[in-house]
Amino acid sequence: MDPRRLRLGFLLAAAAMALAFLLPPAQGALPLSARPYVWEMGTAACLLCLLAAWRADLGAAIIGLPASVAAAAASLLVLEDPMVAGSAGPGFWLIAIASWLSAGLCVATLARLRQLRRKAQRAIDLLVPLLFGATVFYLWEVGVRGFGVPPVLLPAPSAAASRFASSLPTLGADFVQTFVRGVLIGYAIGCSAGLLVAILAHRYQFLGRGLLPLGNFFAALPLVGIAPIMVMWFGFDWPSKAAVVVLVTFFPMLVNAIAGLSAAGDVERDLMRSYGASHRQSLAKLHLPAALPFIFNALKINATLALIGAIVAEFFGTPTQGIGFRISTEAGRMAIDMVWAEIALAALAGMAFYGLVALAERATTFWHPSYRT
Amino acid sequence: MTSSAPALSLRAPSARARHVLIARYAPLATMVALIVAIWYVATVAMNWTLVRDGFEREETPYTLSDVLAGTMDAERPLLPAPHQLAAAVTDSVFGYPPLAPRSLVYHAIITLQATLLGFVIGSLFGVALALMIVHSRVLERSLLPWIICSQMVPVLALAPIFIVMLGALGLHGLLPKSIISAYLCFFPVTIGMVKGFTSPDPLQIELMRTWSATPRQMLWKLRWPAAVPYLFASLKVAISISLVGAIVAELPTGAEAGIGARLLAGSYYGQTIQIWSALIVAAALASGLIAITALVEAGVLRRMGAH
Repeated sequence: MDPRRLRLGFLLAAAAMALAFLLPPAQGALPLSARPYVWEMGTAACLLCLLAAWRADLGAAIIGLPASVAAAAASLLVLEDPMVAGSAGPGFWLIAIASWLSAGLCVATLARLRQLRRKAQRAIDLLVPLLFGATVFYLWEVGVRGFGVPPVLLPAPSAAASRFASSLPTLGADFVQTFVRGVLIGYAIGCSAGLLVAILAHRYQFLGRGLLPLGNFFAALPLVGIAPIMVMWFGFDWPSKAAVVVLVTFFPMLVNAIAGLSAAGDVERDLMRSYGASHRQSLAKLHLPAALPFIFNALKINATLALIGAIVAEFFGTPTQGIGFRISTEAGRMAIDMVWAEIALAALAGMAFYGLVALAERATTFWHPSYRT
Repeated sequence: MTSSAPALSLRAPSARARHVLIARYAPLATMVALIVAIWYVATVAMNWTLVRDGFEREETPYTLSDVLAGTMDAERPLLPAPHQLAAAVTDSVFGYPPLAPRSLVYHAIITLQATLLGFVIGSLFGVALALMIVHSRVLERSLLPWIICSQMVPVLALAPIFIVMLGALGLHGLLPKSIISAYLCFFPVTIGMVKGFTSPDPLQIELMRTWSATPRQMLWKLRWPAAVPYLFASLKVAISISLVGAIVAELPTGAEAGIGARLLAGSYYGQTIQIWSALIVAAALASGLIAITALVEAGVLRRMGAH
């Protein structure tokens, strides 16, 4: 980043922090200098920003990080004061701005780094989005509590987190009901059925030519709408959710696997033929490995689709547990922090599921050009 | 366009062309026929006990063929027969004036409005986001991972929250539904357009640089035209999931109208035929929307000089 702009940014952050000491954080509230811990942290943040402005290089980013953390901690401490929460004044917002500004400058500087060694590059690639996310969460927290946004509208992330921690047993039961029973079972059945039918379609060309347009057609349909019918057929408990997941995951797998099975090149096919390979041999040694990237693509698409399908199916009736059930009932009771805790659970489950599939993909398709560097 | 193309198509298809047609559509037709046949068998099998129990409750004497006929037009079948469904769909589409609440056209229009509004918002947002990401390395590194993460979250689980939040702000009806649609459909557009904007060959970019093109000229004369095929590929995905979003958004709100509302009402009152007809109309909507997008794509690509 341009050092002049970097210097200007950090000077602004330091000025905001210094100005925050002059203005009270809210009407009639104690000034920063009279609060224990707060003034130390505020001063530290201000001095670090000045130091960063003086350096104005890569080191500035490393100095700016603790500055931002110190300012953030100061603002969160000030928020503990009930006089400030909900009616924060300019003195408070200046601290938040100082923290946001220095964090933003760090992210920008780090993101522009180029030509690093591979390990360093990987660490930066992880660090930059994490810092960005932390900043967003901090602004959310400070904004919600500083402006006193009613929790019905949007709870602070800390409220959702504490709700998450305090209702672990409920969340665990919901997770088992929705994810382990509904999603995993349905996903396993749907994906393997799709793959099997694709292998049949690969073997019998007539079947394949008939199935491919149908599969494309069905894959684009709003299939989650089938949920009420599945609930009617399979009852309220998890089998109906698993059935929806089977239907939702079947077609993407079918379409992708059919495409993948015909992805092997002519040369490879001729080679298999010249070896006198049987259909089964060339399937196991050529066509299936060549189809793996396509199959994993479908597995990744299906990981999200499956979770959505199971949750939506729960809107149509469940036994009294499950993520979708809890979300719709708690939203009806205006317990929004519980809803956000469930969303966080669903998000964690979804990301972990996706991450596992992606890891398995790396382990099995390491030969594919997209992974070779 | 030249005049030779329509003249060619007026000629009767030659034997060879007919053969090609048969080769192309025979497998599909066989599959569809097979599915319909399986459907009929399943109708008989699934409704059998239902119909037989009905006869036994009324204590009327019945024969096997009575039960067989009964499975074909039960009032609340577990699985309606295809002809029953076809009749129900035609009745609810053409049997009422289009704006009557019993007409499926009315519900389809409600859902279609939310779908299209959400699609427009989501696509514009997606393209804007892609532009920002392509032009800022910082955003690419910091924002893109979160956008990808946001799609691993089952976003539809957010639907009730959005409805409650926007309801507290005084927004009801169309907009909350379209926002959910937009949230769902911006992602494929963003990802596709980031790919599209970065798809020009390094050589072409260098050439533009040697002409000292400004970033804006680079965008309009090189990146944007190169991205158009990617745009349409993602728009086709986006419009179908936008429809899913609009339908699902109607579920937790207790909406009175729309395809999702018909699904929910049907499941409350056990009206299976109503559920199935709503599903068929949703399927027709989805394929219609995709077909329209494909038509626009073909038109635009032709005007841009693709063959």
